[in-house]
Amino acid sequence: MNTSQSFDISYFPGCSMATTALENNRSLHTFCGQHNIKLVELPDWNCCGSSSAHSINHHLAKWLPTRNLSLAPPGRPLMAACPSCYLRLKLTHMELSQNSAFREQYERKWGRSFDPDLRIIPFFELLSDMADAGYFSDQKGRLKGLKVVPYYGCMLSRPPVMRHEKNFHGLMEKMLSIMGAEVLHWNHSARCCGTYLSVTRADIATRSVAKILDGAEAARAECIVTACAMCHMNLEIRSKLPGKTPIFHFSELLSLSMGIGSGMGWFRRHLTDPRPLLRARRLIA
Amino acid sequence: MDKIEKHQQQPGFFKEVVRRSGVNIGLCWHCKCCSAGCPFAEAMDYLPNQALRMVQLDLKEEILKSSCIWICVGCHTCSVECPQAIDMSAVMDTLRQMAMEEGFPLGQPNILNFHKEVVNSIYRHGRTHKLEIMMRYKLGRREFFSDMDVGISMLSKRKLDLMPSRVEQPAEIRKLFTEDMEDVP
Ligand code: SF4
Ligand code: SF4
Repeated sequence: MNTSQSFDISYFPGCSMATTALENNRSLHTFCGQHNIKLVELPDWNCCGSSSAHSINHHLAKWLPTRNLSLAPPGRPLMAACPSCYLRLKLTHMELSQNSAFREQYERKWGRSFDPDLRIIPFFELLSDMADAGYFSDQKGRLKGLKVVPYYGCMLSRPPVMRHEKNFHGLMEKMLSIMGAEVLHWNHSARCCGTYLSVTRADIATRSVAKILDGAEAARAECIVTACAMCHMNLEIRSKLPGKTPIFHFSELLSLSMGIGSGMGWFRRHLTDPRPLLRARRLIA
Repeated sequence: MDKIEKHQQQPGFFKEVVRRSGVNIGLCWHCKCCSAGCPFAEAMDYLPNQALRMVQLDLKEEILKSSCIWICVGCHTCSVECPQAIDMSAVMDTLRQMAMEEGFPLGQPNILNFHKEVVNSIYRHGRTHKLEIMMRYKLGRREFFSDMDVGISMLSKRKLDLMPSRVEQPAEIRKLFTEDMEDVP
């Protein structure tokens, strides 16, 4: 990776990014575009199956991600924006690499050959590679004074077969510090947001999210930053506290740190308006 | 569960769960790291390690009727903490699917209904359409007005798109729903 070079990455947006988290999607494209990285949407991608296929239909959970893998053009990495989609794609690729019978079924089904060298990465792996390659050495510390707690949710937790894969604990802390923000310590950065319990058992989800929000408040944070669109939505819709804490997508703060964000329309899509805070910190006009 | 009666045990259940989930549940020594770390343990009727214990003891009906297997969201928090590298979420997936196959009364039928709506949405569009899932799920429960405030604020922020985003080749996705389940263990 070279900071002056431009290159293409296959991009798997996933269902949330394509709809509810449009501001996340747009700010991600903006951020990558600023660094000459072109996100080329995976042609005709389908839903990875999410937790629901897993829960009730083994066959679908096994096969839905395979079609996406078969559509990925060779020679460039496939990046998933959503940590859960990443897990599904990566686990399926690992299983295909290890199981020749599954591989034969796969090639018969999709009429395309399996690419054992396809590199599947989460957005955080791209960021970490960029940091290593010196991409952020010219940061101007624009987020100076912003008191923030990073929230990872379950993205750092993986099934045992992935124990030895790369993980990115601390990356948000490191990046936010480079960007000038004041990163606070707290206890809830890895507490799961509850995913679909916010719909099916709002009582449980509300209680659980309240602990996260209280934790951010106890740490005297002005805002929370999330790495996953689902977490973002759950923290926003279940926050019942007065004077709610704004919640940012990490991609938004990354863009703001480059001086981009004003007038992009991202922040008015938030359920908890972050604009007063951003104005107070002179991050938007 | 205070006392285990002999008649409650279904010989072969433990082996069946191990085979289908691919997880060696016998390795669990009940250190309870999983239960201590699970963010939703307090809402479960049995703790995650208790669920494994019940499988170890062949208590098929009791665990398959429980609510904990539905409340588990598969977040893998417990697997990270487990000294025995038990894939809890794979075990829970298997237990849910066995509960559906056995036709026992389910511990949390509404959670199953939600999953069905998500899967139906994938059948229709190849992707999930949140507004449709929410509407169908709420209508099914006759909960017309619950969470209206949330729904309205999300609609006003255009977070719930009226039209689905869909694949160009829905037939390829639909075929996955109807073909032989040749690979189901
Ligand atoms: S953490 Fe692992 S070994 Fe310990 S009780 Fe839970 S599943 Fe069993
Ligand atoms: S995977 Fe299930 S049992 Fe384990 S921590 Fe998450 S919700 Fe709890």
